[in-house]
Amino acid sequence: MIEPGEYFVEGDLAAAYGAIKAGCKFFAGYPITPASEITQAMAELLPQVGGKFLQMEDELASISAIIGASWAGIKSMTATSGPGFSLMQENIGYAAMTETPIVVIDVQRAGPSIGQATRAAQGDVMQSRFGSHGDYENIVLSPNSVQEMFEFTVKSFNLAERYRVPVILLSDAEIGHMMERLVVPESINIIERKYAKTFDEATKYGDDLVPPMGRFGDGLELMVTGSTHKPDGTRDTGSPEIQSSLVTRLVEKINKNRKDIEDWEEMFTEDAEILVISYGATSRPAKGAVIKAREKGIKAGYFRPKVLWPAPENRMSKLKNIKKVILPEMSLRGYSMEIEKMFPGKFVHFPKVTGNVHTVSEILKKIEEELR
Amino acid sequence: MITANYIKNEYIRRMPSAFCPGCGDGQILNAIARAIDHLKLPRNEIAAVSGIGCSAWIPSPYLRVDSLHTTHGRPIAFATGLKVANPKLKVLVVSGDGDCTGIGGNHLLHAARSNVGITVIMVNNGVYAMTGGQVAPTTEHEYKTVTTPYGNPAFALNVSEVVAAAGASYVARWTTWHMNQLIRSIEKGLTKKGFSFIEVISQCPTYEGRILNMDHIQMLHWFRDKFKTDEKGVFRIGEFVDIEKPELTDELQKIIEKVRK
Repeated sequence: MIEPGEYFVEGDLAAAYGAIKAGCKFFAGYPITPASEITQAMAELLPQVGGKFLQMEDELASISAIIGASWAGIKSMTATSGPGFSLMQENIGYAAMTETPIVVIDVQRAGPSIGQATRAAQGDVMQSRFGSHGDYENIVLSPNSVQEMFEFTVKSFNLAERYRVPVILLSDAEIGHMMERLVVPESINIIERKYAKTFDEATKYGDDLVPPMGRFGDGLELMVTGSTHKPDGTRDTGSPEIQSSLVTRLVEKINKNRKDIEDWEEMFTEDAEILVISYGATSRPAKGAVIKAREKGIKAGYFRPKVLWPAPENRMSKLKNIKKVILPEMSLRGYSMEIEKMFPGKFVHFPKVTGNVHTVSEILKKIEEELR
Repeated sequence: MITANYIKNEYIRRMPSAFCPGCGDGQILNAIARAIDHLKLPRNEIAAVSGIGCSAWIPSPYLRVDSLHTTHGRPIAFATGLKVANPKLKVLVVSGDGDCTGIGGNHLLHAARSNVGITVIMVNNGVYAMTGGQVAPTTEHEYKTVTTPYGNPAFALNVSEVVAAAGASYVARWTTWHMNQLIRSIEKGLTKKGFSFIEVISQCPTYEGRILNMDHIQMLHWFRDKFKTDEKGVFRIGEFVDIEKPELTDELQKIIEKVRK
């Protein structure tokens, strides 16, 4: 089943392959362009590995079902796009509050609302972190190739299990529907869940702030609730201390471990004076433009966060010689608040919201303009 | 001998009760515990799932089994995932009429249609009680609530009839006056292979009582006098459906076996 070797597949299918390789045994989803191919692939692949697939009545049910399955000890995933991702927000918060490992793939399309179903966009970047109400942190990955659709799906499961959080694989229609080479490696690093063997174990956590997770059916008599609760699961919605310590830990368990989670790629940053920061589909022409700029003798650099949230702030804050930072992206808002915060006074936003990816020449032209 | 103390010690978490005096939720908790006891089901084989509303608190935290207290309207969808992931579990959903048929009505229909082997106990008090007595999909026509101060312009949903039409394997409706019948139906529901649905008409002396101008005793007497097996519409009680048909997790397992041959 998905033997090591070379494949020529589209991004959505590569994500499904990654999920299977990561040990996903349950998928619940609802059809939506441009993520349906993931759902269809999971319907076909899961029974082959003894897993189960359900097409649910809507996205609300899909995310609910995968959270339920995760508590039975099964790695679970769903996939959707903008409108469905909006519907899932309440239960992404529930997964954060109950510390349930799940993977949600959002193959971004142009919005708002129904927008352009088949066109790529990057307008869900802030939603992927802040979409549910209240304070929480989750992890968001941004693939820019078919290979990364595979690898980052595996990584999403690993991070979800490691930190007991909902992990969002934030792709886009361009990467999801693009076909290119995929190499499935011989060995894949898989992180398995740490289970609590007793009720007491499930109530305690160490320095990483992540308690081992109980499993339904093991006789622990777990109490799981989205209400404010004590470490043992007992609902306590009146105590200021319980609310404060719970919510702070949910945020801190990501902040404290962010050095292990942050991930990026960079090129020509040593001596760069102008830096192009980009992610997802846009990062491909961005990289091309930076290479072309270098050929012209321009001191341009390229920086790509692979994990959008938590953002690679430690690394970005060390890029001191930069005079200007250009952020091309398929959104008028996208990642701009984060990048502007990191490079105040140097930030140039370069959005494109036509439903099409920037071209190399567009970004190169922008680099040259900004140098003038 | 099965005494109240035995039931309490064996199945109920000792915590201060959150229910109003005279509420039917305690009775339903008692009925669930007794049904589990009669069936001699090991507690680690039962998982309870609930949503938002007073009745969601019946299993969470009071029932001593694994419990998942979820978002408003979604317990049936969570329970479906849990059941499919571990078909050995007896998955029991306790949901209110608002949770189950208002915000979560779609999940109820589709769980019945797919015949997933979970048991749903829907506690029907005819109002949104936890939030202060607003009109529900189960509130009678012309009844006054805090959001229908001039009377309910809409009509009450006959939930059991809808669930039966949607394809459930077992459907019954009782009231908190009919405790023995209710316990027997919960036992049947928990042993039923497919989707089972038990509607319990329950008293909410705090808000429903205010509409009807009754205390909890009067309401129980009203249940006794008004709800009959030969009544019509929402006042009819009894077992409405009791059939055998292929269950969802079995069907999924068959697909796995077929594909892997």
